[in-house]
Amino acid sequence: MAIDQLLQAIPLDQLLIQTVNGIVAGMILALVASGLTLIFGIMDVVNFAHGELFMLGAYVGVIVLTATGNFWLALVIATLVIALLGAGIHVVALRPLLGRDPLTTILATFGISLVLQNYALWQFGPVARKIQEPFSGYFTLFYLDYPWYRLVIALLSAAIIGALWLFLKFGTYGIWIRATTQDRVMAQAMGIPVPQVLTAVFAIGAGMAAASGVLFGPLVGVNHAMGVDWVLKAFIVVVVGGMGNLGGSIAASIFISLLESYASIWVSPAQAVIFSFVVLILTLLFRPTGLFVPTPK
Amino acid sequence: MTARHLVGYWMVFSAVLALLIAAPLALPEFWRQFLTEILIWGLLAMSSDLLIGYTGMVSFGHSAFFGLGIYGAAAALLWTSPPNLWMAFLFGLVAAAAVAAFVAYFSTRLRDIYFAITTLIFSQIFYVIIFTWTEVTGGENGLTFRRPALAVPGLFSVPFTSETLHWFVLAVVTLSYLVLRRITQSPFGMVLQSIRENEARTRAIGYPVERYKIVAVMLSGLFAGLAGVLYAIQNRFAAPDFVFFLVSGEVVIFNVMGGIGTLVGPIVGAAFFLLLREGFSRFFTEYYLIPVGLIFIAMVIFMPQGLLGFMRRSLNR
Repeated sequence: MAIDQLLQAIPLDQLLIQTVNGIVAGMILALVASGLTLIFGIMDVVNFAHGELFMLGAYVGVIVLTATGNFWLALVIATLVIALLGAGIHVVALRPLLGRDPLTTILATFGISLVLQNYALWQFGPVARKIQEPFSGYFTLFYLDYPWYRLVIALLSAAIIGALWLFLKFGTYGIWIRATTQDRVMAQAMGIPVPQVLTAVFAIGAGMAAASGVLFGPLVGVNHAMGVDWVLKAFIVVVVGGMGNLGGSIAASIFISLLESYASIWVSPAQAVIFSFVVLILTLLFRPTGLFVPTPK
Repeated sequence: MTARHLVGYWMVFSAVLALLIAAPLALPEFWRQFLTEILIWGLLAMSSDLLIGYTGMVSFGHSAFFGLGIYGAAAALLWTSPPNLWMAFLFGLVAAAAVAAFVAYFSTRLRDIYFAITTLIFSQIFYVIIFTWTEVTGGENGLTFRRPALAVPGLFSVPFTSETLHWFVLAVVTLSYLVLRRITQSPFGMVLQSIRENEARTRAIGYPVERYKIVAVMLSGLFAGLAGVLYAIQNRFAAPDFVFFLVSGEVVIFNVMGGIGTLVGPIVGAAFFLLLREGFSRFFTEYYLIPVGLIFIAMVIFMPQGLLGFMRRSLNR
C-alpha cells in the first residue's frame, strides 16, 4: 500500500535523534534569543551585536579554559567579563541614544558588531579554536553514541532562563526592570535609577549571550564569524515568538530548531535554514504579532 | 523655492557634473576605477535613501536587489553571444524588480524595526538560495563573464575603456539621480514624506499607505538592481557575498555617513566610506572595519545628520 511505503520512507530512528538534536539546539537558541528579547522588550534596542557578544564569550571561555583547565570556571568568568563589556558598550554607545528613534540603536549596534567581529579576527586569527567538553560520557541512542554533554547544555540553558524568569518575577531589581519596561518616566519618578537599570539589563543580556557561547563552543569550533548565524536565527525566533515576549521566544526557539533538524534529514543543513525563513514569512503574513502570543483583541 | 535658489542649485550641480566628467582624464588608472566604483555604490545607497530618508523605512535588505541585479546581468551576459549590454540591463532590472515586488509585498506589512529585520531575513533567503544552488549560480565561487561592448544595434559597437565606462556609469547615475529627485518632489514623493512624518495621519487623510510603501520599496529595489547591473559590467563577476546582509549594512552606513534624505548625501557617504577603507586598509590591512566602525558609531551618536545633513533643506527644494 502507498501508506505503508510512505511510513517506511520516514526513518523513525533518525526522526527521534533529530528530535533530541532539535531540542538541544533549541534550548541554546532560546538562551541567545531570550537575551535579545530581554534587551528589545525592555530597552527598545535591537542588538545587532548580540552574535558578537556570543562569539566573544566563547573566546573568553577558550582563554580561561586554557589558563585554568576548568570548564565551569571558564563559563562563569566569560559570563561576567562579557556582562561587564556589555555594560561598557551600553554606557559609551547606547546611553547617548536614549530617547532617540529606536532605529538609531540598530545603526549603533551594527557598527559595534563590525568592530567586535574584526577585533576578534585580528586578535585570535581566522583558525577556529576548540573548547574541550567538561566530560565525555555517552549513552546509546539507536546506532549513535549520544554525548551526555548535549543534554546537560539543554538543562543548563533551561536553568539559566528559569533563573532569569524568577529574578524578573520576584527579585527586587527584577521588579525595577519590569517597572522600567512599563513606564520609564513613572519608574524614574518613583526613584528607580532608570539609566542604571537599562545598563544592567544590557549587561544581563550580554552575559547570557556569552554563557551560551561557552556552552555551545564544544559542539562547533569557536571562530570570529560564529555569531552571525546565531544572531540571524535569534532574530527569526524573536519575531516569530513575538518581540519582547520571553515565553514566546523560548517556544519559537524550540519550534524553529526542531523544524530545521527534521528538515536536515532530507536536505543539507545550509538549505534547512530556508524552512525557518518560510515560517517567518508565514508568521508575518498571518500573525504579525508573533506565533506564540495570545491573539490581540 | 525662489528662482535664485534654483539657479544656484543647478550651477553647483553642473559644476560637480563637469568635475566628474573631467576626472577620468586627469586621474591615474587606479583612482579612475575607484571613482567609477564610488558612483555605483553611491547609486545603490541613493536607491535606499528613497526608503530610509524619504519614507522612514530602514531597509537592511538592499543586498538582495543589488545581488539579483548582478546575477540577472550575469545570466544575460553568459547566454548572449557576443555579450549584449542592453540584455544585461533588461535581465538585471527584471530580476531585481521581481525580487523587490516579492519582498515589498510581505515586508511593508511591518513597521520600523520589524521592517528592518524582515528585509534582512529576506536578503538572507536569497543569499542561501544563491549560495546552495551551485548548478545555476556557481555557488560559493560565483560566476565570471565577459564585459559587453558599448553598442547601439545598427549604429556602432565599441569595447568599453575605463574612461568610457566611467562616463557611461556617470550618465546612468546622473539620470537616476534626476529621476529620483523628480520622484521625491512629485505628489507621490510628498506622500512618502508624509508617511515618514506621521503615518497615522497620512492614513487618516485617506491615502492607501500600504500601497505607497509597496511602490516605494519596488522603486528603490529597481534602482538598486540598476546599480547591480553596473557593478556586474564593471567587475565582470558575480559572487554570493554581494547578496550577504553585510552589504546591506554597508549601504545603511553610506546613508548615515552622508546624510539621509538628501539623495546626494549617500553618494558622498559612499565616497567617504570607500576612502576611509582605502586609507585605513594600508595600516590595518583587512581589519580596516575596526577604525571605520568606530568612526561610524561616533557619527551615529554625535552627527546623526551626516556629512551633508546641513544642506538637507536646500537640496530638496
